[in-house]
Formats: sequence, structure tokens, C-alpha cells
Amino acid sequence: MNAFVEIISVALLITDLVLVISGRLLHSIRWVAIQGILLGLLPLLLHESGFGVQMLILAVINLSVKGILLPLLLIRAMRKADVRRELEPFVGYTASLILLLAATAICFGFCRYWNIAPGAASPASVPVAFTTMVTGLFIIIARRKAITQAIGFLIFENGISMFGICMMLEHGLMVELGILLDVFVLVFVMGIALFNINREFSHIDSDKLNSLGDWDLPAQNHKDGEAEQ
Amino acid sequence: MKFEFNHSIIWGISLLISLLICPLLPGIINKVKAFFAGRRGPRLLQLYYDLGKLLCKGAVFSHTTSGVLQLAPVVSLAGLGGCILLFPFGCAASPLAFTGDVILFAYLLALGRVLTVLGALDTGSSFEGMGASREIEFSALAEGALFTVIAFLILITGHFSLSDMLIGFETNQWLRFCAPMPLIFGAFGLVLLTEACRVPVDDPETHLELTMIHEAMILDYGGPDMALIEYGAALKLWLLSSIAVLLVLPVPGSSMFWNILLYFGGVFLMAILIGITESVTARFRMLKVPRMLTGALGFALIAILWIRIFRGGLL
Repeated sequence: MNAFVEIISVALLITDLVLVISGRLLHSIRWVAIQGILLGLLPLLLHESGFGVQMLILAVINLSVKGILLPLLLIRAMRKADVRRELEPFVGYTASLILLLAATAICFGFCRYWNIAPGAASPASVPVAFTTMVTGLFIIIARRKAITQAIGFLIFENGISMFGICMMLEHGLMVELGILLDVFVLVFVMGIALFNINREFSHIDSDKLNSLGDWDLPAQNHKDGEAEQ
Repeated sequence: MKFEFNHSIIWGISLLISLLICPLLPGIINKVKAFFAGRRGPRLLQLYYDLGKLLCKGAVFSHTTSGVLQLAPVVSLAGLGGCILLFPFGCAASPLAFTGDVILFAYLLALGRVLTVLGALDTGSSFEGMGASREIEFSALAEGALFTVIAFLILITGHFSLSDMLIGFETNQWLRFCAPMPLIFGAFGLVLLTEACRVPVDDPETHLELTMIHEAMILDYGGPDMALIEYGAALKLWLLSSIAVLLVLPVPGSSMFWNILLYFGGVFLMAILIGITESVTARFRMLKVPRMLTGALGFALIAILWIRIFRGGLL
């Protein structure tokens, strides 16, 4: 019982590590889907604790939305925006991995030292949830493409819902569904926005949106003109 | 005392069988790859035929080389010979095991590699130099991961010798520590693929000089020396697969017969697993390999963190 929860926690940790070093978007999306499926399995292993029906609903919804629907939406957005891989991230992949390892150590130490969640299903699941959140935030900060940042947000949300499931908060189901709706809308809107940004600017580097302004345009046009000559 | 004696006999027999059938492993891997590619593939015993053919030939050495080139294959096989004496074959502890022999084990493996690299540099060929440089870079990173895995095993078993470390588990202990085991197995799997020069890192089939690692270093060998190298590679693969098997199957049962059966079955299963991995993954770019090995180190470090923080471990 407890061992299953721990094995799923370890698997989630592995997905975090893989996600932070993967540069191809399709690969990342697949691993996010795996993460969603693992998360969907988690409530099924906790059913003995009296949340039978609620947990079942949560598992089914998690599996279908996070394991299937959102990844499909992301793949569709990726195809439409015509991006394949994350080139030149702000933080290199090896450096990202080392930073994530440090973050994992800090999360584990933190949860152990202050004994954050005495009522959790398994002592190891809470720090893993925190690590997943940190991974998501890190990907949002350290990657350039809007679609990778959306993936980061999804990972972050996975971390939150893992925390929720393992703590078995009261009204956990309602909170979970609310968060899930938010994420769903976000990914949906992101898909549309991405498509439009891509059509306008022919790239989706959110980094370049920092310096939007009229004074940039003539210079850029000038450069393009030169290139054409 | 009789029990100990039995153990030694079982160990000796398993060792001899392993020495005899280790050239089968590359054959199995090639068969699996051929199955995935829809080909018939080379015979299962192909390596035996190759070894026989090579042993009947003579060797030619360039006049510009020194003795190091000729020394390398012998020393690397001798290093492996030292390693197998410390390894618990057939789930029976090695009679020669002593405290701390795991360090000797790791560095006997490394000794063979160093001599191969020196031999490659000795020829003065630029391709071999390139292969040597890559080999050293990757193995330096793999060594860190290997020793972290070893540190994990020492922490959970409390034993410092390779035999006790790999087969000294009790069932309860194994169940207590099973959660981080996938991490350790993953980390060791990556080390295995690097050390044994298998596909995501190096392709034993390739003969394009620019992409080779291990094959590039042995371009100048022929005849009996080549046979020693090929046999050494098969033996190393056998040894590393055995460690992986004992990581998954750590509890020696009461029946010797089943132990031996499970051990040999496990090694062949491991070969099939390697074959499948090679069939479904493409080879990594050279730049990606250090990232992968850092990942292996990360897996092992997290496993250590896990047991240190949540399970006490040794202390």
C-alpha cells in the first residue's frame, strides 16, 4: 500500500528529471502525459482511507484530462505553431539538472526538518510534490518558448494536485476540480494565443516580446532589407 | 564449514560456465536487434566462430609503436580476470572476497580501459586519439555515477565487499528499501550502456571513424590480440549485466539450484533488454552523452538522499 505510493513518487521524480533535461517538445509533452497518468493512479492506491467515490472520480478525471486531453491540446498547439524543440534555453540543460538536484535536496531537507505534513499518505510524497512544483516554476523561468512555459505550468499544477491528493484535504475533490478547470482554460487559451502570435510574428519566443516597441521596427526592417539585397 | 565449502563449489562452477558462455551475450543482443529490424541476423554462436578465426591468425604491428600497444589487450583481459574473482557468481559469495574489494573491482575495470587508451595513443593515429579522448571523457563521468551507486549499496547493506553488498540483503530489508531501487537500477543501466559501449553511447557495429569510440581505439589490432579484446568486451558485458541482475534480484533463496537458474536466466533476460533498448533508441549525439551521465549521477544521488532522509540507512 504505502510502497506503491512511494514507487509512484519515485516515478514522478524521474519524470521531473527527464522533463528538465529534454529539449524536444514532443518528448516533453509525452513525459508530461506520463506524469498525468501516474498522478491519476495515485488516488486509486489511497482508496482505503475512506474517500472511495471522490477519489475514483478524481482519478478518472485526472487520467483523462491530464493524461490524454491536455497533452493532445499541447501537441496540436505545437503542430500549429510549428515548433519542434527548445533552442538556446536561458539555462543550459546540464546546469538545469544540477540546479534541480540541489532543489530536490533542499525540498527533501525542508520537509524533513520542519515535518511539514505529518498526516501525508507517505512521508516521501510531500517533498516529491514540492520538487515537482519547483521543476514547473523553473521551466517557466528558464525556457524561452511560450509552449514550454505552458508545459512548465502544467508540471507545476501536477505538483500542487499531488500535494492535495497525498494530504487528502477535506473537500479535496472540489479544490482539485477548480484547479483543473483553470489549467484546462489556460492551456486552451494558450493554444489559441500561440497560434495567433505565431501568425503575426513568425516565432513564439516570449523573450522577444520584452522589447516590443515602434522604434524597433524600422531597424529590423532595415536589417531584413539588407539581408535581401 | 561444509556449507561454506558448498558455496565455493557453486561459485566456481558458475564462474566457469560464465567464462564459457559469455560470448553468447553479444549474439543474443544481435538476434534481438535483427528481430526488431526484420532480418535473420548473424548466428547465435557467431562470436565463437570469430574468436576461433582470429586466434588462428598472426598479428602485424607497426614499427613506430612501442610495447604498450601489445601490452594493452593482455592487461585489460587480466584486469577483468581479477574482477571476476571478486564477483559473487551464481548468487554465491566469492571465496576471495574481502572488505573494501569493491574499490579494487572498480579500478581493475578502469585499469584495462587506461591501458587500451594508452595503446590507442601509442599508435599515433589521429582517429585512435580521438576515440581515446572520448572514451576517457565518458568513462570519467560514468565512474562518478558508478561510485554513487556503490555508495548507495553500502549505505543500505552496511557491507563493504562486493559479494555481501550484492547478495547480502534480507527480504525485509529489500522491501524497506525498494522504493529508490528503480532510480539505482536506472542509474546503473546508463553506466552499463556506457561502460560496455552499447548503443545510446557507442555503436559496436559502426565502422565510420568519426563516430566510433571503442572501435576507434582498437583499429590497429588483429589476430589473437583482437580475439582477446573481443572476448574481454563480452566478459565485461556479462559482468556488468550480472551486477544489474543482482540489483534487481538481491535475495539469495535457500535453494542453490533456483539461485543459479535465476542468475543465468536473469543475465540472458538482461541481454534481451539491452537488445530492445538498442533497437528502439537512436544513438545520442556526442554532446548529449555527458548530460545523460550527469542524469545517472543525479538518479543515484536522489536515491541516497531518499534513504538518508526517510529511512535512516546505515546509521
